[in-house]
Amino acid sequence: MIQFDAVHKRFPNGTTAVHDLSLEMPEGGVTVLVGSSGCGKTTTLRMINRMIEPTSGTIRVNGEDVTRQDAAELRRSIGYVIQQAGLFPHRTVLDNIATVPLLLGWNRKKARARAAELLETVGLAADAGKRYPHQLSGGQQQRVGVARALAADPPVLLMDEPFGAVDPVVRTQLQDELLRLQKELNKTIVFVTHDVDEAVRLGDRIAIFRTGGHLVQCAPPAELLARPADDFVADFLGAERGLKLLSLRTLAGVPQGPAPEGGAWSLVLDAGRRPLHWASKSTDAELPVRALKDTDSLLSALDESIASPTGLVARVDAEGVLTGVSSRDDIHVHAGQAHTEARAVAA
Amino acid sequence: MFELIKNLGTWLTSASQWAGQDGIAHRLTEHLQYSLLATLIAAAIGLPVGLLIGHTGKGAFLAINLASFGRALPTVGLVVLVFLAGGLSMLPVYVALVALAVPAIVTNTYAGMTAVDPDVRDAARGQGMRGHQVLLQVELPLALPLIMTGLRLALIQVVATATIAAYVSFGGLGRYVFDGLAQRDLVQVLGGAVLVALVAVVLDLLLSTLQRFLFLPHSRLRSSGGTPTRTA
Repeated sequence: MIQFDAVHKRFPNGTTAVHDLSLEMPEGGVTVLVGSSGCGKTTTLRMINRMIEPTSGTIRVNGEDVTRQDAAELRRSIGYVIQQAGLFPHRTVLDNIATVPLLLGWNRKKARARAAELLETVGLAADAGKRYPHQLSGGQQQRVGVARALAADPPVLLMDEPFGAVDPVVRTQLQDELLRLQKELNKTIVFVTHDVDEAVRLGDRIAIFRTGGHLVQCAPPAELLARPADDFVADFLGAERGLKLLSLRTLAGVPQGPAPEGGAWSLVLDAGRRPLHWASKSTDAELPVRALKDTDSLLSALDESIASPTGLVARVDAEGVLTGVSSRDDIHVHAGQAHTEARAVAA
Repeated sequence: MFELIKNLGTWLTSASQWAGQDGIAHRLTEHLQYSLLATLIAAAIGLPVGLLIGHTGKGAFLAINLASFGRALPTVGLVVLVFLAGGLSMLPVYVALVALAVPAIVTNTYAGMTAVDPDVRDAARGQGMRGHQVLLQVELPLALPLIMTGLRLALIQVVATATIAAYVSFGGLGRYVFDGLAQRDLVQVLGGAVLVALVAVVLDLLLSTLQRFLFLPHSRLRSSGGTPTRTA
């Protein structure tokens, strides 16, 4: 657990970066710090591993005041991932990952073996280890950055806009990977971003900062979206925050029935009963179908129900075999319920 | 004119001219000795200074200006000055040559250090490297191509200027220039000058080839950081 107690940071030029911050970041959870640039979110993160020293107040990591520890040793015990990865260009990928183990005095063989293991953990091929960072794509470099942070198996991981510099497709992949890793590793993660969607996707809790270093609200994403503390938070979350809330809910509870036989459009299946497309009865027209699993979000269901010519969403099991269809109305009702519940929980 | 070139050719290639105390081989060795020792002393002074101001970011203004001041000093004037103060020895020559070489080394070392990506330096500290570990494991290797360039430039300037040793009665290839001038022997003057130029060019080629070879594996990223600062 990371605790901020009345932490204040004023820079020598007089600007206040963090204003009287008291905040707890629970163990084994992802706390996302969001806000526009200059709101103090990065400063907050960097005070945890003493890359920046607080002006006053205390920060404790697992009960220990960080300022009472040797800064270099503290940093070796905390994983740190930065934007653009910040890899060492003169060292191979494997040696980059082995940085902290080597600083901790492991022998080279053991450190390299651990690094090779981590290559696989973050989804990189073994032969990437011998390459130099500039020979990798931005997404791959970022994976190496994560591997380097995990090398000595630190309980805490600090991530400063780690996926800010990669394209949206790769960013989504990296987010998925992080969620998968987090399920396995259960680290206490502090994640800085200015992207609300990223925050909603990754965060167990989201802390929203306002310019001047004020923490405005810290809550689980559903609560934040359902009950923003003030207009600033509501504005920051954006006009579609109702839809964003639906991205947190799955389709699992929405009732499904058999696919209709009559009607103007019918659902065409392959031999294995996997949905192929919608076919029109009167013309030769075909429209694509995006079949959804129980784990897909209510938001994608809503999207598909609008795109579907029948207003019906095809539902499939893990193997992609049709289990039934859900109607636009049922999805809508559930979307409404999701909002009501989120408000009730928050209240 | 043609006669002069022909005579110069004979002077440079005759076996007798290469042998003995006053021979080219001996003078060349002396010249290289002076140059290498002066560059080494300059490196011992310039490298730590450049690395330190690059690492701490402090004192850059002072050091760079002092270096420019050193560059602006008239070398012959400096030799005469130290000669008058300290008497006849190689000391004035070394003082002048070192003063000439230090600026190139300091400014290029500093330029190499400032060309290190701040994100990389930040990441190094963030992973838990101490100050000296950041310097030795990250900054120094990344600054090395520019540091090498500085040493190369310094050495070549020193080689070109080491002729002044002969001005205060010592050896080196400058001997031919000053003796030739005194004896009004134009061929000898020209021979000395050509030899100095040749040594400088050959050393430059040799060192730049070595440099390219050394930094081959990951040179693309390393050399993108900054351009060498010419001081000549």
